[in-house]
Amino acid sequence: MLDDFILRAALAGLGVALAAAPLGCFVIWRRMAYFGDATSHAALLGVALALATDLPITAGVLLVALVMALVISTLSGRNVSADALLGVMAHSALALGLVAVSLLPGQRVDLSSYLFGEILAVTRVDLAVIWGGALAVALLLAWRWSALLMATLNPDLAQASGGNPRREQLILTLALAIMVAVAIKVVGALLIAAMLIIPAATARPFARTPETMALWAMALGALAALGGLLASLELDTPTGPSIVSIAAALFALSSGLAPLLRRG
Amino acid sequence: MNLIETRSLTLRHEGHTALRDVNFTVARGEIVTIVGPNGSGKSSLLRALIGALRPSAGTIRRAPGLRIGYVPQKLQIDATLPLTVRRFVNLPRRQSPETIRAALESAGVPELAERQMVDLSGGQFQRVLLARALLEKPDLLILDEATQGLDQPGSAAFYRQIEGVRRDLGCAVLMVSHDLHVVMAASDRVLCLNGHVCCEGTPETVADAPEYRALFGSGTQGALALYRHDHDHHHHHPGETCAGQPHHETENA
Repeated sequence: MLDDFILRAALAGLGVALAAAPLGCFVIWRRMAYFGDATSHAALLGVALALATDLPITAGVLLVALVMALVISTLSGRNVSADALLGVMAHSALALGLVAVSLLPGQRVDLSSYLFGEILAVTRVDLAVIWGGALAVALLLAWRWSALLMATLNPDLAQASGGNPRREQLILTLALAIMVAVAIKVVGALLIAAMLIIPAATARPFARTPETMALWAMALGALAALGGLLASLELDTPTGPSIVSIAAALFALSSGLAPLLRRG
Repeated sequence: MNLIETRSLTLRHEGHTALRDVNFTVARGEIVTIVGPNGSGKSSLLRALIGALRPSAGTIRRAPGLRIGYVPQKLQIDATLPLTVRRFVNLPRRQSPETIRAALESAGVPELAERQMVDLSGGQFQRVLLARALLEKPDLLILDEATQGLDQPGSAAFYRQIEGVRRDLGCAVLMVSHDLHVVMAASDRVLCLNGHVCCEGTPETVADAPEYRALFGSGTQGALALYRHDHDHHHHHPGETCAGQPHHETENA
């Protein structure tokens, strides 16, 4: 069954969408959208590292994304203007990654597959890596859910009730790095942040609690992944961008519905 | 045994010394109020007591297993985060529906369980924060300017509720406030900060202290006297001077 490349693509898209959705909820609740951008753009540097050292791509990306996320969360804790800092880091990481990949000797690298993903070329091994990573992210979030929510609401409140907001921040950072590493094959470095943020933002008007918002985001993300895959086959468009376009269309729809859903 | 105790506590925050050399205790069941001008280190002291700010010198000792209920000065909930009152008071630990109902009832907001946090008025919000803090069954309830944004009757009602909570649960209460006369009248002990402990004692001793008057003037005297009439017990510590010992017998043990 898994011989069918379309089925593998669908499963890969679903895996990424289902794990990215609840993580994306925390990204927008904590206003970390730029943080997600910077981390996922750093993935390209990870690709360069992996190609230069013969590491698997996933390992290189995971390593660099993790370092990037740790650097940012340390720096932005220190009262440097976080918004400007994240903007600088996001774009510098992308530019440096592009330069680094092109400097590799003797490599003919298809950059666009790393920038936009190549979900139709997902192998069975890729699929195992994607679902393994997605499962790890989902388990991390489920395990720390209440503590993460508490730290998101107010770090002092979390501390007073015996929590450790700094540890929760690290756990989110780790989950984000894993997510980036497994999603690069599916939607590419440029659009990973979109899979985090758009389904979560789309889910907001339908939800009254954090949990229902995460569930809605998972459903909407899955819909976008499958819809985008079908649309790209039908229209012969690149798949990663098609998935994000469907997600964006759903967001527009939900924003239009939002005033009707708002009640006392 | 004191619930919490600091020795020569010094706190540095963003490069400057917020508070130095504080020796301070809270005993079981007492109501202690911290007053002081803006930037005097009040919030820093509270944040150090809950463990959010590390001492740069000195020590903080908590009674083993101390449970703290904390009501922050302000809680900004992002509009992207959907959160009903019921879900909020269930954080970080799930509580039974009956417990929740009882807590919201005793906070005076039984009808709000299904409302969104961001839709609450200032007074409702503070009462929900209080209800959540009480669900932790605290030995020590810490309130950081909990009546900010409430009008006079609103904050008076809020403080009456705090006294009720202390009576029912027997927990100690430590609060920072700007509503000097209201709060001081409801306190067993007042701590006046200005980068250090500038005076300490019963509300009367502090209100009479030259250090306190230098900071706040004597304008609150009349109001303090008025509020005293509503109070159901009286403190009298003739020997105690404001600059004196931090220790003080509690009458509500």
